[in-house]
Amino acid sequence: MQNTFYNEILTDHNLHPAHKHELPDANFQLEGVNPSCGDDIVLKLKVEDGKIVDGAYLGDGCAISQASADMMLDLVIGRTKEEAQRLSEIFLRMIKGHITEEEHEELEEAGALIDVSHMPSRVKCAVLGWHTMDEIFDDPEKAAAEAEAAKKE
Amino acid sequence: MMITQDMIDKVRADFPLISDEFAYLDNSATSQKPQCVIDAVKRFYETMNANPLRGLYRISVEATDAYEDAREAVRKFIGAKSTEEIVFTRNATESLNLVAYSWALGNLKAGDEILVTIVEHHSNMLPWQMAAKQTGAKLNYLYPDKAGTITEETFRKALTPNTKLVCMTHLSNVLGRCYDLKTFAKIAHGQGALFVGDGAQSTPHMPVDVRDLDVDFYAFSGHKMLAPMGIGVLYGKRELLDKMDPFLRGGEMIDYVTTEGATWTELPHKFEAGTVNAGGAVGLHAAIDYYNKIGWEFIEQRELELTRYAMEKIREVPHITVLGSDKAEEHHGIITFKVDGVHPHDIAAMMDEDGVCVRAGHHCAQPLLKFLGVPNTTRCSLGFYNTEKEIDRFIESLSTLRTRMGYADR
Ligand SMILES: Cc1ncc(COP(=O)(O)O)c(C=O)c1O
Repeated sequence: MQNTFYNEILTDHNLHPAHKHELPDANFQLEGVNPSCGDDIVLKLKVEDGKIVDGAYLGDGCAISQASADMMLDLVIGRTKEEAQRLSEIFLRMIKGHITEEEHEELEEAGALIDVSHMPSRVKCAVLGWHTMDEIFDDPEKAAAEAEAAKKE
Repeated sequence: MMITQDMIDKVRADFPLISDEFAYLDNSATSQKPQCVIDAVKRFYETMNANPLRGLYRISVEATDAYEDAREAVRKFIGAKSTEEIVFTRNATESLNLVAYSWALGNLKAGDEILVTIVEHHSNMLPWQMAAKQTGAKLNYLYPDKAGTITEETFRKALTPNTKLVCMTHLSNVLGRCYDLKTFAKIAHGQGALFVGDGAQSTPHMPVDVRDLDVDFYAFSGHKMLAPMGIGVLYGKRELLDKMDPFLRGGEMIDYVTTEGATWTELPHKFEAGTVNAGGAVGLHAAIDYYNKIGWEFIEQRELELTRYAMEKIREVPHITVLGSDKAEEHHGIITFKVDGVHPHDIAAMMDEDGVCVRAGHHCAQPLLKFLGVPNTTRCSLGFYNTEKEIDRFIESLSTLRTRMGYADR
């Protein structure tokens, strides 16, 4: 088969996600939607003392959106909020096509999405999880309230 | 008719973007353009570019003639009575909005009802949602069966004594099914309702005669039928167009203007405010000439052959569901499908890697897909210049998608 963007790392995260599950003790939660693909995820984070101790997502959408969210959680679980935000900034820059070799390595498996920089129509899919995480940190009250509301359901 | 390989090759050679490099199977989104259309537009700008209908010098007169000749070609193409009934717009969407703003807003009131089908493209749904909201009329939806069939009986049942307007597509851009507008328009008229036909997908694939259909309005786009983007048509019965207010106001659509107001010029110019897309109209004229040259017999037969071939092949691929009818005759080259476990955007991206152009998404028909219970689908849409070889390429790609996504089958 020819060169494909759909490499094993990507398809594996899509078909066998490690973090696609409920997270009952999440204290932050936010929904992210990409209307162009119909991708829809709910990101859940458990943050203690400024550190992401656990995370999960639910939802459905194209392989890129789902795998990207899974890779992101692989990367940020166990890190501080600041580190996660820094990595997110690097990821977004990678998608725009401006990162260094070292930065690419820092992203670990998420770096497998580097070719999205040549696929403008898929950028929104790739960044959906990351944007949603950024939004959680930008407006923690809202994300905390959503997590609270989800617990009551 | 006996279609030879030579005829197929000749037709393909007419289209500069059709080659073995990639298989263009997104014809319902927009068709490819034959060289004669591209040349006609080029010639317009090279030899007679001037603002039509305004200048009193030679090339402006030529531009005007070319523009009005195109109108006559369209009139003949769809069998309208007079060129006054042919309004040039940008596309089907604008044509439908014209009817919504200029007819519906002025003629509907609370208590009236509009009937549209759930099959409609957003362009034949949102204008009527707007008109209903603004006038207080009620918007009713007609639901076909899951294969997309609308029988005479379903149609009659969906009408009420208050239905004043029925808006319906001639050919569905998702299911590929053709609807019997002639019968439905007759029933609607019997109840005192007007009938708007959306011809965006039908005009490229079958001969249309608006007088035979007896629809009151009929909208279509040039770009789906070999012509350039940015030129579309609204057909309207003269008695209706006459009584309607203009859609847009400005230059070239008035007789007299004072500081108090204006009197509108005669049809169809009343609806063509501002500088028109004469180059586009000339391109549409060339596209119609090309249709006439190739002939409907060739086009319809070839498209049916290709549809049959594609439907047969697609049935052999596991994990695929095709929307709409099982019969190739009811698809008109449009095959919308889903692949278990693979998202349409990933399908389209992988097919692109294989040099196959298909459309993924909701096809501007979200309510229809919701009704069918599929949020997203992929569509392969064929044109008469496609080939069995291109379909093979599509099927080959289709057969590998699940393995490429990591599924263990095959
Ligand atoms: C059935 C139908 N109606 C209307 C339209 C709108 O056409 P346009 O975008 O050219 O205005 C389309 C185009 O996809 C269509 O398929």
